[in-house]
Amino acid sequence: MSVLNVLVLVCVGYVALLFTVAFGADRAAASGRVGWLRTPLVYTLSLSIYCTAWTFYGAVGFAARSGLEFVTIYLGPTLVMIGWWWTLRRLVRVGRHQRITSIADLISSRYGKSNLLAVVVTVLAVISTTPYIALQLQSVTLSFAAFAETDPNANHLSDMQSTALWVAVGLTVFTVLFGTRNLDANERHHGVVMAIALEAVVKLCALLAVGIFVVWGLAGGLSGTLDRIESSDISRFEVSESRWVGLTLLSAAAFICLPRIFQVMVVENEDEDHLRTAAWAFPTYLMLMSLFVIPIAAVGLDLMPEGANPDLFVLTLPLMEGRDSLAILSFLGGFSSATSMVIVAAIALSTMVSNHIVMPVWLRYSGRGAMMSGDMRKVAIMARRLSIAGVVFLGYLYFHLSGGGSALAAIGLISFVGVAQFLPALLGGLFWRGATRSGALAGLSAGAIIWLYCLFLPSFGPSEVLPEAVFDHGLWGIAWLRPYALFGAEGLDPVIHALMWSMLLNVAGFILGSLLSFPQPLERLQGAQFVDVFDHSGTPGGWTGNMAQSEDLLVMSQRIMGAQAAQALFADAARRQGVSGYLPEPSPDFLQELERILAGSVGAATAHAMVSQIVGGAAVSVEDLMAVADETAQIMEYSTQLEAKSRELARTARQLRQANEKLTQLSVQKDGFLSQISHELRTPMTSIRAFSEILRDTGDLTPEEQEKYASIIHDETVRLTRLLDDLLDLSVLENGQVEINSQTGELSDVLDRAERAAGVRDTALQVDRDRASEAITLTSDLDRLAQVFINLIANARKYCDGSPPVLTIRAGVRDGRVVIDFTDNGSGIPPAKQAVIFEKFSRIGQTTADGAGLGLAICREIMERLGGSVSYVPGQAGAAFRVTLPLAGRESAGEPVQEGAVT
Amino acid sequence: MSPERRPVFLARRTYRQRRLGDAARLLPIAAGVLMALPLLWRGPEGDPGTAMVMIYIFGLWVVLVGLTALISRHLRAREPQTGETDHGDM
Repeated sequence: MSVLNVLVLVCVGYVALLFTVAFGADRAAASGRVGWLRTPLVYTLSLSIYCTAWTFYGAVGFAARSGLEFVTIYLGPTLVMIGWWWTLRRLVRVGRHQRITSIADLISSRYGKSNLLAVVVTVLAVISTTPYIALQLQSVTLSFAAFAETDPNANHLSDMQSTALWVAVGLTVFTVLFGTRNLDANERHHGVVMAIALEAVVKLCALLAVGIFVVWGLAGGLSGTLDRIESSDISRFEVSESRWVGLTLLSAAAFICLPRIFQVMVVENEDEDHLRTAAWAFPTYLMLMSLFVIPIAAVGLDLMPEGANPDLFVLTLPLMEGRDSLAILSFLGGFSSATSMVIVAAIALSTMVSNHIVMPVWLRYSGRGAMMSGDMRKVAIMARRLSIAGVVFLGYLYFHLSGGGSALAAIGLISFVGVAQFLPALLGGLFWRGATRSGALAGLSAGAIIWLYCLFLPSFGPSEVLPEAVFDHGLWGIAWLRPYALFGAEGLDPVIHALMWSMLLNVAGFILGSLLSFPQPLERLQGAQFVDVFDHSGTPGGWTGNMAQSEDLLVMSQRIMGAQAAQALFADAARRQGVSGYLPEPSPDFLQELERILAGSVGAATAHAMVSQIVGGAAVSVEDLMAVADETAQIMEYSTQLEAKSRELARTARQLRQANEKLTQLSVQKDGFLSQISHELRTPMTSIRAFSEILRDTGDLTPEEQEKYASIIHDETVRLTRLLDDLLDLSVLENGQVEINSQTGELSDVLDRAERAAGVRDTALQVDRDRASEAITLTSDLDRLAQVFINLIANARKYCDGSPPVLTIRAGVRDGRVVIDFTDNGSGIPPAKQAVIFEKFSRIGQTTADGAGLGLAICREIMERLGGSVSYVPGQAGAAFRVTLPLAGRESAGEPVQEGAVT
Repeated sequence: MSPERRPVFLARRTYRQRRLGDAARLLPIAAGVLMALPLLWRGPEGDPGTAMVMIYIFGLWVVLVGLTALISRHLRAREPQTGETDHGDM
């Protein structure tokens, strides 16, 4: 049996193994035994689809041509992985939180669920991935051809195309079988992931086996290998700085943006914590994958005949040495690399194509949209299957047309630059809330155009797509538009040149577009969700719906998710809302959850469109936002009002408290006064009664005694009369029944009279007056005014406890009013009493002085009648009273003078 | 934004977590610089030898993997609650 036949058998066996593993994993997942499927190791291994056939074969070819430069392709992803805390953590969290199905879905979802953006990303991804798929097919056919060369019976030429076709068909079948088993991308393709993990192990083992064979079998150990490297063409580290740095950054960017990596890293991620392990385990994998590349290249260059294809050294070295089994293992490694890449890329691209291009178009043209009859689930799966076949077929077509000519590595880098165009919109969307849809569109378009013009189209070679003249003289003869020397940047490597210009213009367009445009409400909400994904896991502004729509929603969901899953979801939601049956209230929370789950099947933009078709209107319109804003404003206003009210209440309470204190004091005073006045009345009454009884009952009284007793009775009645006069006076004043006799006179005369009448002369009280200031002519009721002065001076006489007691009287005119201050040098009136001294029956302390405590109350009433006032001035040397009254007296102050005034 | 205040000072464990996060952020930057270092080298015949650079790059790779493993071991993908208290973890 020839080697080629063995190879075909091994291949078929290997594929059967893959099918078995995938089938087994799917079965295990379906029966809930997913424990061992969900390990960080499987996750790490699944990331290895970064290492495609380009890596497996091309890396050695790359190294044979440019030495150590190949390693940049692995250093970039290493940087990204060890920097997982920056980007990947956020990316994975957002992807899980928003139930993202692809990178196009992520970008579209971030920028307001814009389907246009999703279409642009999808198209760009398809354009840049197609050559890559072609590359995988080419590598499989080339490796087949390498075996065929050793088999003289084989017919090479017919093999080339047919091998590629068979591989393409086989991959399509596998991908359709295991990649579209679940519609919901978030339910994850356990079978595919397991198969990928297995393939990762196979390709690593194969490359390590070849490496060990080359180093210890061919080169004679480590030192021998180092000697071979020293003596080879690639002994010097002759890399250009720009390519070294540029390619590292490029591969880092591509690692984040490649649709297939996104698929396994974000969409198929089971647990965010797996990133912790992958952060170091995947760089280890990359390091092992590139460990033997230079030795194999150096030994291959040394041993292989001139003109041998360095891309196939991994395969041809064991073949040449007659190690057929090793060669078959090596072939399997390359085959694994190629197939895993094609499978995952096809799944990722088909999700994008069906969700963002096929489904929206179908929804629009197939009838009345989401509510039309028929099983949407079947349509969605069919769309995805057709997309897979379409994507693989496009790859085959590209391979068929290009004839498999150019070096493998070149296509890989061109593809990398294409997908790297997603980076600004992706990272900008994750970290910058100001990033807008217009900015993302502008950046993506600018970058894509530059990439197409400077790298992708020229890669077909001169005169294929772009005419020769364009290469030499630029578009329309403008030298600045030469594809390899844009804007006069000559002498750069084409890849670095295209990378530099496309990224510069991409970033510039992204930033400028974002700065100059204004985002839609939904964009702003999604932006906040993405950028602050670690701060809150809240949901964007919501849907509103009514009960009648629940049924429609259920009908639609059944068609997308399948009847059982949809009914379970609805019943669960209904139960959580406390409703029995299958129809929950279409609350905003439920609608959001539903939309997110549907997004897992058909992408965010389509799910959004479908729910909005049923619920009606856009999820969040400007009107909604304004309504929300209005409501907020109302609530704020209401709370301001409440605040004002509570302040007012506090003020009123304070006033009430003060009033209450005053009332309590007044009550106490009144009680005190009543006992006082009883006492005052009782004392004279008792003596009057006693002496009048003596006069009546005692017959033998001397005339002296009679006179004495009678005069005592008289004195006591006078005292009673005076007391009653005071009370009456006050009552009259309070009732406003007082007659004002306006006179004109000097203030000093009134004070003189008052001083005399107060009987100051006989006491220790000194009255200090400034007569010059008293030369004020007044028009008022001077008798009443004198009464006030008498009272104030008498008070000072009675209560001033200064030694010697001095009363200072100062007069003046301020603002057209006469102001007279009576200040003594005593201890003053305690603050507690100041509030009540002008009240009736108020007396300061338990004084021995006579008087019923009506004096100041009468003074206050008089002054009010005269249009002035009397007040206590706190904080002076002693007790200080201020009397003010208008310069020209009023006819009547306040109340009109009543007729029939009684005095 | 919610006016919720975050504490100014954190418990020792949370503080360690934050600094580990800082280290995890700085590591790729340092790695990038170190990876570009061979560009500055000059050997006796102009460019340095491929073998020497290769050994350096792979040595660096191993160190980076070790450091990342060390940092990631103690770093949780989900940041712990800021209110988490320190239970005698000295």
